[in-house]
Amino acid sequence: MTTTTSEHQHDDHSHDDGHHEHHIPKGIKRWLYTTNHKDIGTLYLWFAFIMFLIGGAMAMVIRAELFQPGLQIVDPNFFNQMTTVHGLIMVFGAVMPAFTGLANWLVPMMIGAPDMALPRMNNWSFWILPFAFLILLSSLFMEGGGPAFGWTFYAPLSTTYSNDTTALFVFSVHIMGASSIMGAINVIVTIFNMRAPGMTWMKMPLFVWTWLITAFLLIAVMPVLAGAVTMVLTDKFFGTSFFDAAGGGDPVMFQHIFWFFGHPEVYIMILPAFGIISQIVPTFSRKPLFGYASMVYATTSIALLSFIVWAHHMFTTGMPVAAEMFFMLATMLISVPTGVKVFNWVATMWRGSISYEVPMLFALAFIVLFTIGGLSGLMLAIVPVDFQYHDTYFVVAHFHYVLVTGAIFSIMAAVYYWLPKWTGKMFDITLAKWHFWCSLVSVNVLFFPMHFVGLAGMPRRIPDYALQFADFNKWISLGGFAFGLSQLIFLALLIKACRKKGEPVSAQVWEGAEGLEWEIPSPAPYHTFETPPVVK
Amino acid sequence: MSQMPQQNKKMVIKLVAIVVAMFGFGFALVPLYDVFCDLTGLNGKTSNTAAVYESIEIDESRLITVSFITRTNTGMAWQFAAETQVVKVHPGQMSQINFTAVNPTNRMIVGQAVPSVSPGPAALYLNKTECFCFEQQILQAGEHVTMPMRFYVDPQLPKDITYFTVQYTLYDVTSAEQQVALNRG
Repeated sequence: MTTTTSEHQHDDHSHDDGHHEHHIPKGIKRWLYTTNHKDIGTLYLWFAFIMFLIGGAMAMVIRAELFQPGLQIVDPNFFNQMTTVHGLIMVFGAVMPAFTGLANWLVPMMIGAPDMALPRMNNWSFWILPFAFLILLSSLFMEGGGPAFGWTFYAPLSTTYSNDTTALFVFSVHIMGASSIMGAINVIVTIFNMRAPGMTWMKMPLFVWTWLITAFLLIAVMPVLAGAVTMVLTDKFFGTSFFDAAGGGDPVMFQHIFWFFGHPEVYIMILPAFGIISQIVPTFSRKPLFGYASMVYATTSIALLSFIVWAHHMFTTGMPVAAEMFFMLATMLISVPTGVKVFNWVATMWRGSISYEVPMLFALAFIVLFTIGGLSGLMLAIVPVDFQYHDTYFVVAHFHYVLVTGAIFSIMAAVYYWLPKWTGKMFDITLAKWHFWCSLVSVNVLFFPMHFVGLAGMPRRIPDYALQFADFNKWISLGGFAFGLSQLIFLALLIKACRKKGEPVSAQVWEGAEGLEWEIPSPAPYHTFETPPVVK
Repeated sequence: MSQMPQQNKKMVIKLVAIVVAMFGFGFALVPLYDVFCDLTGLNGKTSNTAAVYESIEIDESRLITVSFITRTNTGMAWQFAAETQVVKVHPGQMSQINFTAVNPTNRMIVGQAVPSVSPGPAALYLNKTECFCFEQQILQAGEHVTMPMRFYVDPQLPKDITYFTVQYTLYDVTSAEQQVALNRG
């Protein structure tokens, strides 16, 4: 990445805040000591991808066990550890760091800032992350195994009925939380204080907007998660009774505190995706985004509403009807701003001159499949219906449609969209198309039948099932293996791209791409916008 | 951090304050939740203090079915049962249910019963003038006890509730209790 351009730009740079060296160190030191937003973005993205493969391997274990009824490959306790750690890794290790990586790479380039506002903290917020996951993963190899209580760690499963490695789970969540909070603070300060002259709020690219709102959600709810795991820790090891009825506590309260974090958390994992899609669709439709302002307001209202819907995860805990009605209607209300977004994307494409490059393929798949996940979410919001669907595979189908074909497809779209900017070379389009089509088909074979087995009553998080679910589960598992293998195509493509194979690309890369990041050369120099650009 | 521009520093301090406040808010949810549930009776918790029975009019027009369930928490060795499992009462009418507990072990055990009413909203209308759940019970090895529970249903019980269940879960709280005794000694 050290090109002559960057050296030249660096010499012009007089207001050095001491956050980078004049010569970039080679080898491991470059990555350990780096405070450069692009390096840190790359680190986050690779970390997220490795976690995605590890979490995916755990999903393969789950699907292998569920390939046929009965217990054949792993014992139930290990199965529970796999479902738990798969969830934790995908949420905190794959999706969230991938978005943070994209924010690191893109936010400064999009708003015309030379770097993130707090580059040293940026280095810290990345480098504590591998330790968090090392702690979590190492607990799997200890006596009694790792966490087996589900990623939602409901008390008393995580207090009375868990083993001593729960302490490791708690500490790793603390570290992940600290990392996310630091990352979020960095994003907020950068966006508030480092926008180039002329980059007014309502000129900011939507990816920046959605990330700003996400960052506020993060600093609002990650501390609540830290509080919840701390209560679990003290209940388990220090004799407190937050969630223990014998001492005057209440296990249902755990769910209230957890979901007060948990529901905004699901928007933390989807709002940046909305931002990405809002960048990609206009480019390949060769039209400006339809309804920019309404997108900003819709994102803000989704974020605000996310704080008053948490109890829809808890309809079956025995709430009074009035509370159920409130949470049902508040939840359904969220479909209005979400609907505005989907409408705007479709309206952007309307009469556009659309071309189907790989990022656009992923974006289109996102729009269709995320909407399917949104609709099943609307079904789950209906109280009497939820009583039937609760804790079945229907719920699993729902949140995998919004998280895999939603969040993860958007991340893949983003990687394909900006990868040529990062490396300066076009990625292998043939491999990318193979990756897209294999993923698209297999992901639907994997998750769509889950709706049916869920409606028929197959419970989630159980290593065995009744015989009538056997045929569907065989298909689901085959889809799962195919989806897992498809990601190896992505791995091969990324390795090839990082070795700078491929056709050189122009600064704009995609015909129709607009924004500050497309005005700097490809590959993006190590230091950009040391003199702020003027945005008209 | 000294090289950080002033405006960044200000902003970071504000954001860290939000983080700290939200961490505190997570813990504040615990008492807030209790207060909310005390006011609304949402989680089926009944009052921990004895109600005073004032002569109120008995609503003869309604008959409420109240059933009693007893269970012991994991690790609690007592045998614990309600002598009457279902009663039909008029709102405002005083009733007594006897519960029996036996400590079949050869050691002293301290028990604490925690009531829970289902459906939750009925909890606000269950008034207990006397209950073994108000305090801890101590049973010596082999001891047997009959514990009365006197209650009446508030006549203001909503019309749509005709049936509710009171569940008592008995917890072994011995170790904590013994520690208190040791500290006092």
